[in-house]
Amino acid sequence: MSIEVLKPGALTTLQDLGRYGYQRFGVVVGGAMDEWSHQVANELVGNIDDEATLEITLVGPSLRFAQAALIAIAGADLSANVGGHPIPLGRAVTIGAGTQLDFGSRVHGVRAYLAVSGGFGVTPVMDSRSTYVRGGFGGFAGRALRRGDVLPIGSRARTVPHSPKRPTAQPVTLVGGPAVAAGPTHLAGEAVSLRVIAGAQWELFTPETLATFLTSPYQINPQSDRMGYRLEGPALQRRRDFEMISEGVAFGTVQVPPDGKPIVLMADRQTTGGYPKIACVASVDLPLMAQLAPRQAVRFRTIELQEAQALYQTRARELTELRKLVLDTGVGSWAVEST
Amino acid sequence: MTVLLTDFQWRIAPTGDRCLIVEFGQRADTAVNRIVHAFARQLDDLSIKGIVDVAPAFTTVSIHYRPECFGYEALRERMNDLLAQGIPQHPGLERHVEIPVCYGGACGPDLDEVATACGCTSAQVMERHIASPHRVAMLGFVPGFPYIAGLDPSLSVPRRATPRTRVPTGTVAIAGSQTGIYPFETPGGWNLIGRTPLPMFDLGRASPCLLQPGDLPRFVSITLEEYLGAQGTT
Repeated sequence: MSIEVLKPGALTTLQDLGRYGYQRFGVVVGGAMDEWSHQVANELVGNIDDEATLEITLVGPSLRFAQAALIAIAGADLSANVGGHPIPLGRAVTIGAGTQLDFGSRVHGVRAYLAVSGGFGVTPVMDSRSTYVRGGFGGFAGRALRRGDVLPIGSRARTVPHSPKRPTAQPVTLVGGPAVAAGPTHLAGEAVSLRVIAGAQWELFTPETLATFLTSPYQINPQSDRMGYRLEGPALQRRRDFEMISEGVAFGTVQVPPDGKPIVLMADRQTTGGYPKIACVASVDLPLMAQLAPRQAVRFRTIELQEAQALYQTRARELTELRKLVLDTGVGSWAVEST
Repeated sequence: MTVLLTDFQWRIAPTGDRCLIVEFGQRADTAVNRIVHAFARQLDDLSIKGIVDVAPAFTTVSIHYRPECFGYEALRERMNDLLAQGIPQHPGLERHVEIPVCYGGACGPDLDEVATACGCTSAQVMERHIASPHRVAMLGFVPGFPYIAGLDPSLSVPRRATPRTRVPTGTVAIAGSQTGIYPFETPGGWNLIGRTPLPMFDLGRASPCLLQPGDLPRFVSITLEEYLGAQGTT
């Protein structure tokens, strides 16, 4: 079982939920930028563990499936299609042997996640199949996909009611199983509201600065990448000079270098940082942030840590429900609780 | 019999909704750093379900956890109980490691600026850097990046106001009281004073990181020709 890469797309990498357990060596966690869409895609195809999915950025690849495979795509709408016929997002579909899957123009979001039932057959590096491009390890050969790559497909999946029972001659079959509505999206041009938890150095900033941070729109700088989103907007002033001792950071940490321009640390973030942390984006809002394109404006509002964790636990329960739906009925409709 | 470290104070604070940080003081000295690494080791040995990563730094241990398993308050209480009982001591393994560095020029574009800021010559920056009693306090930032404490206080300069988007592989840089070495080309905010041909991180080695916490690096000045020659062989 394998998939041949006919065109690689702009930046297509294998990602799972990240390489945890090695931050003590400075090993970057990495993983899917939009953890939610990654997990939804995996659940829809019945993968047992946290299998790597293809994280497809802005411009998608062209892939040829050597054998029939059960796949699901979630996250950004990058016009996935077979011969011009659109592949729905958030649903399991069977792709027939020899079929070519293409992507087209970007409709919304930035990153699509393609899961294949059985996972991708690449060897984990430090317990993870995530690609760390800067370090050149993990995923497929430690790099983004290139033309001519052949991705092996693994066999680590449950048999779900809608798994293909025999080889299909159809290029695409919309099989049973739940349909997952797209995650929270936004209207183009509108500032996206993101919830944040006050950071360890919140008090270091002047009251006027904190008010500015919570009322002004900030624009995502085009130099943003998987490591961090640099934001343009009113500079954030500290009460006093403050040279911090470097310490751990997390996915979503908003740090402020001396120039006052905040940076939101994303999947390929460094393991530690020495800039004051004004806030941290709530984990439930990170998938939304991960789907924002450069020049998109965002606004921050604070929530309590307890509330952020309660929202996160709700999200985790929703995934468990989705798994049950996939296994029990194989059919149905399912949507993220609006938050 | 295990010796327990009990002479320390700590403070616990959240960093977002999936991480908490235990801080053992505001001074990045060797005594505090030894407590940090002993506590990280203790947490490893306990392997508590729901804790996904333990990252020791200078004065802090970051604990990354799954909020599905426990909320912040519950984990904080558990850590408080643990710390109140003392931390089992582990003897450190301190190795001497020689690091060849080509200082200044294209390898260390900020060397002259550092000299100006410190009111000395570029040669003096180099001499004082070599003479400083360096000790690796932690690894972090990117794989194999050592934070090396012990820099001569007269060379203390802050991080750059705007981080560079690209710092070349092997760059030796300083900020505050520390030296760091960039194992990969990454963005970086430190002051670049030189470059080493030694690979800091190599997955082909049994232990991918060249330096470990507690190691005692000794910097040695090499010429640009020696740097380029050595780089060709690694």
